[in-house]
Amino acid sequence: MAAHLSSGRVNLTALREEHEVEKMFTLKPGRLPQADVKNIIFFVRPKLELMDIIADNVLREDRGRSPQRDFHILFVPRRSLLCEQWLKEQGVLGSFIHREQYSLDLIPFDGDLLSMESESAFKECYLESDQTSLYHAAKGLMTLQALYGTIPQIFGKGECARHVANMMIRMKREFPGSQNSIFPVFDTLLLLDRNVDLLTPLATQLTYEGLIDEIYGIQNTYVKLPPEKFAPKKQGEGGKDLPTEPKKLQLNSAEELYAEIRDKNFNAVGSVLSKKAKIISAAFEERHHAKTVGEIKQFVSQLPHMQAARSSLANHTSIAELIKDITTSEDFFDNLTVEQEFMSGIDTDKVNNYIEDCIAQKHQLIKILRLVCLQSVCNSGLKQKVLDHYKREILQTYGYEHILTLNNLEKAGLLKPQTSGRNNYPTIRKTLRLWMDDVNEQNPNDISYVYSGYAPLSVRLAQLLARPGWRSIEEVLKMLPGPHFEERQQLPTGLQKKRQHGENRVTLVFFLGGVTYAEIAALRFLSQMEDGGTEYVIATTKLINGTTWIKSLMEKLEPPLA
Amino acid sequence: MEWGLREELRDCLVAAAPYGGPIALLRNCARREKSPGARPLLDTFSASGLLLASIPWKSGQVVQLGWTASEDLLCIQEDGTVLIYNLFCEFKRHFSMGNEVLQNHVLEAKVFHTEYGTGVAILTGAHRFSLATNIDDLKLRRMPEVPGLQKPPSCWAVLSQDRVTIVLLAVGQDLYLLDNTSCSVVTPPGMSPSAGAYLQMAVSFNYRCLALFTDTGYIWMGLATLKEKLCEFNSSIRSPPKQMVWCMRPRSRQRAVVMAWDRQLMVVGNSTECIQFVLDEDSYLVPELDGVRILSRTSHEFLHEIPEASQEIFKIASMAPGALLLEAQKEYEKESQKADEYLREIKDQKLLPEAVSQCIEAAGYEHEPETQKSLLRAASFGKCFIDKFPPESFVRMCQDLRVLNAIRDYQIGIPLTFTQYKRLTIEVLLDRLVLRRLYPLAIRICEYLRLSEIQGVSRILAHWACYKVQQKDKSDEEVAYAINQKLGDTPGISYSEIAARAYDCGRPELAIKLLEYEPRSGEQVPLLLKMKRSKLALSKAIESGDTDLVYTVVLHLKNELNRGTFFMTLQNQPVALSLYRQFCKHQERETLKDLYNQDDNHQELGNFHVHSSYSEKRIEGRVGALQNAVDEYYKAKNEFAAKATEDQIKLLRLQRHLQEDFDKPYLDLSLHDTVSTLILDGHHKKAEQLYRDFKIPDKRWVREGSSGCTGVPASRGAQ
Repeated sequence: MAAHLSSGRVNLTALREEHEVEKMFTLKPGRLPQADVKNIIFFVRPKLELMDIIADNVLREDRGRSPQRDFHILFVPRRSLLCEQWLKEQGVLGSFIHREQYSLDLIPFDGDLLSMESESAFKECYLESDQTSLYHAAKGLMTLQALYGTIPQIFGKGECARHVANMMIRMKREFPGSQNSIFPVFDTLLLLDRNVDLLTPLATQLTYEGLIDEIYGIQNTYVKLPPEKFAPKKQGEGGKDLPTEPKKLQLNSAEELYAEIRDKNFNAVGSVLSKKAKIISAAFEERHHAKTVGEIKQFVSQLPHMQAARSSLANHTSIAELIKDITTSEDFFDNLTVEQEFMSGIDTDKVNNYIEDCIAQKHQLIKILRLVCLQSVCNSGLKQKVLDHYKREILQTYGYEHILTLNNLEKAGLLKPQTSGRNNYPTIRKTLRLWMDDVNEQNPNDISYVYSGYAPLSVRLAQLLARPGWRSIEEVLKMLPGPHFEERQQLPTGLQKKRQHGENRVTLVFFLGGVTYAEIAALRFLSQMEDGGTEYVIATTKLINGTTWIKSLMEKLEPPLA
Repeated sequence: MEWGLREELRDCLVAAAPYGGPIALLRNCARREKSPGARPLLDTFSASGLLLASIPWKSGQVVQLGWTASEDLLCIQEDGTVLIYNLFCEFKRHFSMGNEVLQNHVLEAKVFHTEYGTGVAILTGAHRFSLATNIDDLKLRRMPEVPGLQKPPSCWAVLSQDRVTIVLLAVGQDLYLLDNTSCSVVTPPGMSPSAGAYLQMAVSFNYRCLALFTDTGYIWMGLATLKEKLCEFNSSIRSPPKQMVWCMRPRSRQRAVVMAWDRQLMVVGNSTECIQFVLDEDSYLVPELDGVRILSRTSHEFLHEIPEASQEIFKIASMAPGALLLEAQKEYEKESQKADEYLREIKDQKLLPEAVSQCIEAAGYEHEPETQKSLLRAASFGKCFIDKFPPESFVRMCQDLRVLNAIRDYQIGIPLTFTQYKRLTIEVLLDRLVLRRLYPLAIRICEYLRLSEIQGVSRILAHWACYKVQQKDKSDEEVAYAINQKLGDTPGISYSEIAARAYDCGRPELAIKLLEYEPRSGEQVPLLLKMKRSKLALSKAIESGDTDLVYTVVLHLKNELNRGTFFMTLQNQPVALSLYRQFCKHQERETLKDLYNQDDNHQELGNFHVHSSYSEKRIEGRVGALQNAVDEYYKAKNEFAAKATEDQIKLLRLQRHLQEDFDKPYLDLSLHDTVSTLILDGHHKKAEQLYRDFKIPDKRWVREGSSGCTGVPASRGAQ
């Protein structure tokens, strides 16, 4: 058996062991790689582009080989008539013995984090009005409710949120008999459109995890780091053979140290690391005090744990050093200063010098786009003259092919001319207290620590919903795009919660269109607040940062090879 | 029997379905010559002889009747046409056994059941065999010719061995085996040489055993593989029996063959003795899984081997544990201390669990509720003296017997034995009740057995509704209302399936009314498409939120409607329109242009042309596409994009000149990179010209001029 993946995001190890999977390949056009197997399974998203590749694979396969292989196709998360029809038109549908679906909508990433890993969800919803991913999100939420009980309250803000809530209510009605008898785990579901808060992902995340993602990109909880800092330091070798393969590390809360520092502002990470270093070396020192056999035995029993802690500490010290090199650079500082000026509302209405300079020096285009979009969002759109200037500068410097990318950003509302002539952002900023001057990075008392001053709008909405409720901010909610709403789902009387005093409410926050690590950190901070009273679980269509997000909106035009 | 037949059975064509199934009679057919005016009558009866339906037979000459595994009636006509009717003589469909059969006519026909379904075998007038192993998936097979066959075989049978269907036929003293490709002569082992010519043969219910009857009255019984003889018997009756069938119980070693002559029934087996019964009237034998049903004008009997458990208990002076337990219980009821003695005797041998099991099992084989009860009482009594006897078997048996007694009632008329019931399964039994339109009983059984709603009650209600929609004397409103009243929101009910049935019955309006009750809009779509209500289907698909479904409808519409109407329909459904645009973006870019054209979306048209300029290989082509884009951008009043694209054209042309003049790749560098490359290469004049032509802001120009190399040319330019 060989499995074939279009998006290798599914943990197939278990499947592999149970069913003796010989090999796994990623999907690409052309002949299938050689493998002495009888069965080939394609794991695919139901997308037409992928169907073309599969058809190509199958058509080329049939000619060559004498013992025929059996093909099977497994759609993730749902079978698609369209795709099957397409395969039929290519004349290969009959080659598949089994056509099934693997209903994997929400993939658990951590104890409190679920993601659909649908990269193009934002683009599809906001640029192409293709709401397929929302349908999958609604299905995923239904599955979640089947497992963890009906969520009695649904709040939402934005067009997509409204659509998902409508589908959920409809789906519930479609299966009247399946009365859920599970005691609900979640008290509230909050559905948030990404386009309600376009600002947050554009800003540079300043938490430890956020920075790792900004600089190196975390993919499916794994990060690839430059190897130099991780060279094994052994005496005598003198660092001759530096490893050339990037160092791959898994990042999640199972690692004790990482769980502690991931959501801290990067400036607070150093002190934690040095404190840890002292504790660990003190622990290792204890072996000298161990006198009796019993004491030695106890020491030895703790050894594996200590060694794991030490290597974890070494890794994170190295990562922190790598990041420090960048965060202390002049350009990082300048960039951050401009971002913070925009977010606090300074000079958002004119052409920014720093951005101009960056364009002249041909910095990374995505960086420029992030800044220009940030300025546009913080000014409720740019004056036509300013906007055109930026656009001309970009086209002249980076090439005219980017005209379609700029057009996409305009369609998504990230870049726009100021139409009403009124700038709403200051009102929103003040009412929602998005900018905090007195931020405490070491011992934060507000979510604004995750961006060293800026409190993510999306998380503020969640926070205000829990206390004192959205009624207090009706005016601001009206300024943000899309409707806000509340729905209630009836529970049978036996399942209604009688809250114990001091017991936390649990809210599931679903970000439609993506969420950043800094926002997750902010929600986790709220969960841990002593008098918060609400715990948050986070779900999203995709984990994003400004770079990956803008990239998903760019139009890739390649000039033909002359 | 309830049927009160006036005719003799021998004057009718008879077919009775196994598993206590219905009986079909075609009357008058034999007397056709005598009174040509009288049409034959086709009747169906329940096994208890209650008339289910009766119709005058208007089609051709029928050679054979038979029942399918799903209790449909097959009428095989002389011309090879097979007509299929349901239990109530309502015509379902017909099929033909092929041209050869049509030409040569059907001489004889047999209906048989295998794991593939119900099959039909035909012997034609040309003495050839044609087979269809599954009438629901018709594949005709013409069997090879039997060499030198001049007259019809004296007898033949269909066998199923190793999943292959074959024909065994006898001509005089020879036996032939026909498989797909060849015809071979076979001799049964241990056949007496003086046996004579074969007159009759019988295959057992499970195709394992074969019996052959010869003109000397000799009977050979053996395996159907013809590899082993089981036993033989000499009946000294020389005329062939009217019917010969096997009578055996699954997993029993006692095998017997039952033969019927006009007034005589003979049971022979592995014994020198035979059992003979006198038949008072014309009888008809129906082979069953565990015995033989004997039908006549006045009675319907079941002949079977007594199961071991019953023998043990009811044998005279039996000392088997079950028998003792039954005795003990009877004494207990008489308040006699003998009860204790019997009980002690069983307990001393530590056989009490066996005694209980035996009583439970034997109860299953009894048809009289009184006997069932006394056996169950005995089992229940015995159970009290056993520590932790698992109650399931007892409870299960009580339930099963209640169900069996209910369906054996003559009003229902399904005389299933316990063995048959277990083989048939409760699901199939419910299906059969539904087929007989005995909905209330089926529902009560479901409720009694606590079957899940989806598996049980809902399914039956759905069938009821499907039947209801066929009642043409009621108005659409009435029927829809009645169905909704009864079904309501019962889980697992698919209104769309009922609607589909209504549509099949030619009631589209009713179908649409019923669809309104369907909560799952996704389910409504396929039927609406079939009914050509495509626009309604489209809005239902959109309502469901399932984009895949929307795509399905859109592509369906695309094939169904002409282009203009198709576009108009999409225009009113923005969700569908944007999905179709996505589809076109990947698969039909030209259509995309038409779509934008239709709603005068000049901005997108401009973008479209920019996009296509990148797939043009030649400069002229690119410029042409870009010029189109400029025009569209102007129409869209997007001055900026128009100007920028004009600049792009200007730059492209210029770059081509530069490339020719300096013999260096300039094409597709950005303006910025073009200028820096020019400066680096020392073409300051040219660079300055570009600065003026493109109005490069001074700020950037100064930077470039001063440092020269800040804008390092992109690697693409430096190959």
